Amino acid sequence: MSDVLQINSPTWGAPDQDAGDRIQAAFGAEAIVRRVEFRGELTLDLAIERYVEVCTFLRDQEGYDLLSDVTVVDYLGYTGEVAGYWGGDGRDINRDSHTGKRVVPEPAGPKRFGVSATFCKVMTVTDDAHRRLRVRVWVDEGESVPSLVAVYPSADFHEREGFDMMGIDFAGHPNLRRIIMPADWGGHPQRKDYPIGGEPVQFSDEV
Amino acid sequence: MAATEETKVWPQQDILQPVPSELWPDSDNPDLLEINLGPNHPSTHGVLRVVTTLDGEVVVGVKCEVGYVHTGIEKNIEQKTYWKAIPYVPRMDYLSFFSGETAFCMATEKALELEVPRRAEWLRVIFQELARIHSHLVFLGTGSVDLGGIALLFYCFRARDEVLDLFEMACGARMHPRYCQVGGVAEDLPKGFDRRCREMITFMRDQIEQYYELIGANPIWLARTKGVGVLSPDFAIRMGMTGPNLRASGVPYDLRSANGGYGGYRDLDFQPIVEQGGDVHARFRIRIEEMRQSLDLIEKALDGLPEGPVMTDDRKIALPPRHELHTSMESLIHHFKLVTEGFEVPAGEVYAPIESARGEFGFHLISDGSARPWRVRLHGPAFVLLQSFAKLCEGVYLADLIAILASIDPVLGDVDR
Repeated sequence: MSDVLQINSPTWGAPDQDAGDRIQAAFGAEAIVRRVEFRGELTLDLAIERYVEVCTFLRDQEGYDLLSDVTVVDYLGYTGEVAGYWGGDGRDINRDSHTGKRVVPEPAGPKRFGVSATFCKVMTVTDDAHRRLRVRVWVDEGESVPSLVAVYPSADFHEREGFDMMGIDFAGHPNLRRIIMPADWGGHPQRKDYPIGGEPVQFSDEV
Repeated sequence: MAATEETKVWPQQDILQPVPSELWPDSDNPDLLEINLGPNHPSTHGVLRVVTTLDGEVVVGVKCEVGYVHTGIEKNIEQKTYWKAIPYVPRMDYLSFFSGETAFCMATEKALELEVPRRAEWLRVIFQELARIHSHLVFLGTGSVDLGGIALLFYCFRARDEVLDLFEMACGARMHPRYCQVGGVAEDLPKGFDRRCREMITFMRDQIEQYYELIGANPIWLARTKGVGVLSPDFAIRMGMTGPNLRASGVPYDLRSANGGYGGYRDLDFQPIVEQGGDVHARFRIRIEEMRQSLDLIEKALDGLPEGPVMTDDRKIALPPRHELHTSMESLIHHFKLVTEGFEVPAGEVYAPIESARGEFGFHLISDGSARPWRVRLHGPAFVLLQSFAKLCEGVYLADLIAILASIDPVLGDVDR
C-alpha cells in the first residue's frame, strides 16, 4: 500500500483496443475514423453509416451489455480565442469574464455536435474484467443520427434528452419528443448559442 | 457471473417495442380511464407525473412525464469554475448528496491526473456510506408510508437525524455539505467525531433489527410486496438499471467492488450484497442489508483510518492553509488566483462513475483546457431506472403501482437535474 492511491478510475478497465481491431476486421478499416485515448478511456469515432451496426456488434459479439450513457456535446466556439459566450440584450451574464479560456485546444472533431455512447460489460464478464468503451459520431446542424433504441432500449430517455436539450434528430426513435422542457418550448437550452440570461420570463403573460 | 452464451443473445424484436419506457394500452376500449398520478402527490417522491390508464383497478397504460424540477444544473456548471461548480452537484440527488460531490471531484481529478491522499480517500468512503444510509433511510420511511405503514417513517427519520448530525459535525452543513473538494476533502475530522460515529453505528444496528421486526414478519407487508413488480436481470440490464435494483435481481454488479473498486474501497474488503427474486420485497430487503453493510464499512474505515494530510499538496489546485495567508505572499497570491480564476484542466473528456445509493452516478466531463468545464453531462441513476418503471407495472393493481414506484426509489432532482 502506497501513501497515495492511483487516481485513474479503475471502473474503466484497460483500454479495449482489441475491440476496435475486431470492429475494423468485421466492418472494414474505414468504420473507425479515429481512436482517441485520454486518461485511459478509449473513444472510437465511427463512420455514421456504420454506427448502429457497430453498436449491435459490440452488444452481441463483444459483450457490452449495458449502455451506460449517451452524451451530446455542442462544440460551437470550442476552438475560438475566447470561450464563446454571446452578449444578450438583457442582463449580460453570458459575456466572457477573466476566468475564460486562455488555451486554445485542437478541434475536437470535424463537425459541430459529438454524440457519444458509453458501454460497459456487466453480466458477460467476471468481477475483475468490467470494461468500458465509448463510441462517437459527429453531426452538423440539420443532420440526423440513427437511434440506438432498437439495439439498446435504455437509450430511449437519453436520446429524448439529446433531442430536447441539443436539438439532435435521432432517426428511427419511436417517441422523439421533449422530455424535460415543456412541449411548446422554443430552442434547445443546452446549446452554446442559447443564452443563459436575457430570455423572456416564462408564464408571465396577462391572462 | 461467468460468461455465458445466453446472456450475449439479445432478441431483436421483443416486448420492449414500440417504446421501451412506456406502456400503451392494447385496446381502444372507451371504458378505459386515464388518470394523472402526480405531479403533486406524496407517493411520487417529488414531482413526477405518471399518466396511468386503468381498466377497472388494473393498470394497462403508464407514461412518465418528468421535468418539473429541471433547474439547468448542466448549463449552470458550464458557466462556473470547477471549484464553484461543486455546490451545484449535490442538489440533484439530494438524498445521496455526498455521492454527487465525490463523483464530480473524482471526474475532475481524473482529468487533472491528480493524486488524492489516502486519508482523504478513506474519509470520502465514510461520508459516502453515511450518505447511502441517509438515502436508504428516507427510502424505507417514505416507501413504507406508500404501503400504509406510517410507524416506520418516524423510526427512519429519527435515525436519519443521527446521520445528518455527523455531517453537521464534520462540515457544518447537514445536507449539501460541500465537504468533498477537488484534491481531497475540506477539513480533517473534528475531535469527538470517532466516538459520535461509533455511537451512531451501535444505535443504527439496533434500529435495523427493529425495522426487520416491523416489516419482516408483517403478513400485510409480505402480501403487498412478495412477487410484485418482478424485474428480471436481463430486462434490468437492457433498461440500463444499476445499483441496488439490479442487485436485487441477482446481478452482483457493484462499482465499489468491480475491478477492485475505486478510491478508498480498494483497501476495504468488500463483497456486494445480492438478493434473488427481483420483486418489491427484495428491493426493500437489499436496502436494509446495504445499510448494515455500510455500517460495517464505516466501522472498518474508522478503525483503519490512515494518518496524513486530507488535501493534495499541489498548490495549483488546493487552497493554501489559512494561517499561511498572514505570513506568505506566495500563499496569498495562490489563494487569490484560485478563488478568482480557478485552475485549468487539460482539454479532453473523461467519464468517472461511482456507486451512489441508487446506482451508477457518473460525470461525463468535457474540458477545453480552461478553468471552466466545456460541458458536463450528469448521468444520474434515477433518470435511467425510471425507464423500466412502465413495463414493471403491466397488469398490476393501482395500489401495486405505488409500491413498485416506491421500491425502485427514483429521486426527481436526479431525474430532471
